[in-house]
Amino acid sequence: MRQLCKGNVAVIKGAVLAGCRAYYGYPITPASEVAEAAALYFPEIGGTFVQAESETASINMVYGAASAGIRVMTASSGPGLSLMQEGISYLAGAELPCVIVDVMRGGPGLGNIAPEQSDYFAMVKGGGHGNYRNFVVAPASVQEMADLTILAFELADNYRNPAIVLTDGFVGQMMEPLDLQYREIVPPPKPWAVQGTAGTRQNMISSIFLEADDLEEHQRKMEAKYIRAKQRETRCEEYRTEDAELLVVGYGIVSRVLRSAVDEARKQGIKVGLFRPITLWPFPSNQLLTAALRAEKVLVVELSNGQMVEDVRLTLEGKRPVEFYGRVGGNVPGVEELLAKIEEQVPAAV
Amino acid sequence: MAEQDVILEEPKTDKYEVVHSKSHLFYPEYERKSDLKHQTHYCPGCGHGVAHKLIAEALQELKLQDQTILVSPVGCSVFAYYYFDVGNVQVAHGRAPAAATGLKRACPDKIVIAYQGDGDLAAIGTAEIVHAANRGEKISVFFVNNAIYGMTGGQMAPTTLVGQRSTTSPWGRRPVNEGFPLHMAEMLSSLEAPVYIERVALSDNKNIMKARRAVRKALELQRDGAGFTFVEILSPCPTIWGKDPIEARKWVGEKMIPSFPLNVFRDKKIEIPNNNVPPHKTVEEIVEGERKVAREGMVHGRSHHFQHLGIKIAGFGGQGVLLLGQLLAEMGMREGLEVSWLPSYGPEMRSGSAHCHVCLSKDRIGSPVLSRPDVLIAMNEISLRKFASQIAPGGTIIYGRERLPDDLSIPNAQVVCIPASEIADKLGSAKVANVVMMGALLEETECLSSETAMKVLEAKVKNLALLELDRKALDAGRVYIDHTVAIGAVTQADGFAQ
Repeated sequence: MRQLCKGNVAVIKGAVLAGCRAYYGYPITPASEVAEAAALYFPEIGGTFVQAESETASINMVYGAASAGIRVMTASSGPGLSLMQEGISYLAGAELPCVIVDVMRGGPGLGNIAPEQSDYFAMVKGGGHGNYRNFVVAPASVQEMADLTILAFELADNYRNPAIVLTDGFVGQMMEPLDLQYREIVPPPKPWAVQGTAGTRQNMISSIFLEADDLEEHQRKMEAKYIRAKQRETRCEEYRTEDAELLVVGYGIVSRVLRSAVDEARKQGIKVGLFRPITLWPFPSNQLLTAALRAEKVLVVELSNGQMVEDVRLTLEGKRPVEFYGRVGGNVPGVEELLAKIEEQVPAAV
Repeated sequence: MAEQDVILEEPKTDKYEVVHSKSHLFYPEYERKSDLKHQTHYCPGCGHGVAHKLIAEALQELKLQDQTILVSPVGCSVFAYYYFDVGNVQVAHGRAPAAATGLKRACPDKIVIAYQGDGDLAAIGTAEIVHAANRGEKISVFFVNNAIYGMTGGQMAPTTLVGQRSTTSPWGRRPVNEGFPLHMAEMLSSLEAPVYIERVALSDNKNIMKARRAVRKALELQRDGAGFTFVEILSPCPTIWGKDPIEARKWVGEKMIPSFPLNVFRDKKIEIPNNNVPPHKTVEEIVEGERKVAREGMVHGRSHHFQHLGIKIAGFGGQGVLLLGQLLAEMGMREGLEVSWLPSYGPEMRSGSAHCHVCLSKDRIGSPVLSRPDVLIAMNEISLRKFASQIAPGGTIIYGRERLPDDLSIPNAQVVCIPASEIADKLGSAKVANVVMMGALLEETECLSSETAMKVLEAKVKNLALLELDRKALDAGRVYIDHTVAIGAVTQADGFAQ
């Protein structure tokens, strides 16, 4: 049984189901409905909603709540995420689990409020200071806005690390049927948390390691965690890739348009398939390499000037030619536009 | 300060435990320090040592050790967690009140202390302290003001005195360039929520005893759930000031106190209204939402003549364009289809044009973005002119005016015109023009059933008079098209895109 739900609202429904009980945030288009849904739902289940004075404060409230070991989240869009980067670096350094949603809009600067995918570098590569990684999941539907938010909480807790839900204005604003069944989700115990009890009195949350050797050891430990995540946590979806000669790669809203374009191209006999990364970090490199080696050529489409394409090229190491097509400024290409790009890649003989 | 405002009586001296040794709130050895584990990292004569001692002794006296979470800042006291044997959280520069907010809300019956210096609290963290105080967060903030940046080596602080030299005010603080010292206790006293704000000084033993009482009082008030408590502690920094410990203490009394007068700025019980309490719901109710409604409203066994249908709806903001799209998506879902609704969003919603895309499909929907809609519902001329050329070959345009503009020709599409606003006006409200258009769409394309439309409207429209108006509008739209088609007024008929 399904309910018609907005992507931004589905995030909160997923979070509530995942056991998240605290939301700290600041409004911004096109992410405001996340805060609005949290303001409505969290107090109804005895949770916390605070509209903070800024994104800087929001992310540090998240830091405090995460230190106490509860599931906590925030959401914003590009300009707000820029303000949060300091806090995200601290969260990663102190190994605090939390979920941060970025409903991407046009940038740089104030840009505009239409969809872009130009925060890829900032969120996937780490926009704050220091050596760290965030989990990044990329929903492409309203259902995934809920499901991947739940996954983000699980990854965050299992690895003691921030997790980002990286989406865009269209996926945030659109409505689709959401099928979410109640089930009991019990977050794992967090013996490291600081909760004002005798049992947690010895615990300390910190990202400071004054001695070089101590900080190096800390970072090696974090690195080991990242390597484990790379081995275990990559997720992707493939569509009609089995016999594809051209592999198109896109995530989020772009993957939706590409899926339709693949269908249209197939009608013309063009052997094209879609590879959609669901986790952007860890990037599904092995799966992509396998799919790309079956094909002859790769076309990456993004709502950016070419960000994820760098990870595709790093993955393929020149083994296949990689073309890029990007739209920016809030322009989202339609099916015909991407079909034309697909046709360009394939010799007329096909 | 009126006598009746005082919550707690001044603690009598004999209530205090006289401690001649180090408080057990401090670790016996400072294991988290890399060397010299028996002593602190603070300089001789530094006020932090005294401030730490006052806090530790108060927590010990109040038996709050196990309940306490200390938030350490950035500055000389960044390593407060070396010393305090309580739960410790170290945070970013200036953000202690925000982190303390998250901690306190997660652990509402615990003691959460934010310990901050002047650069941390009064410069980079000004917003965080003001808003935490304004929200009445039930935390205690101990603000150590020594009028200088210590850890970074003597730069100007927001509390540096006029004329006081620092490495970044080498000729002395000049108000013409740097402004005046910031008086945080006074500033926060302008807010409604704080229950206790006092400024004390570590200038001499008498004042240190006053500081001791203030620290304890703040913690007692927090323990009792009273509200936001704030103690500003004027504190010596002999090393950076270039003075010996005795001179530095004197300087606090002689120079700082005249600029930062000692006072109890706030000491009163605040009754914070707890109105508009949210209802209690279960997680299941929130997660599954309108599931029960949806179950009752499902329409089974209806067949659809299309595999995939893309509908674009456009008009002025306020014409109900986005709502019409949502209703169609909801109807499609109830008829067992895959659906998507994608709005134009943002400032344009408040003026100018609005549009949305609705996909109805028997299969998983790829693109929710329609570059070639099968159906265009244009509620005004601007939308018609803007989007008519996008229509898929053989598609349908439903135009919300009586006839097409004379200069506009739309080849290869079926066009029906309906004066929706006029019809809605006659029914009693121009607001239902979008439902008139829905009636026209259902009659013209038979994409969804009007029974489903009524089910969805019944679920969404709680006002019965309005629901009746919607029913009439839906019928009026259908009847108008039925009539128009009967008299052959449909232009450029080319069949309906399947």
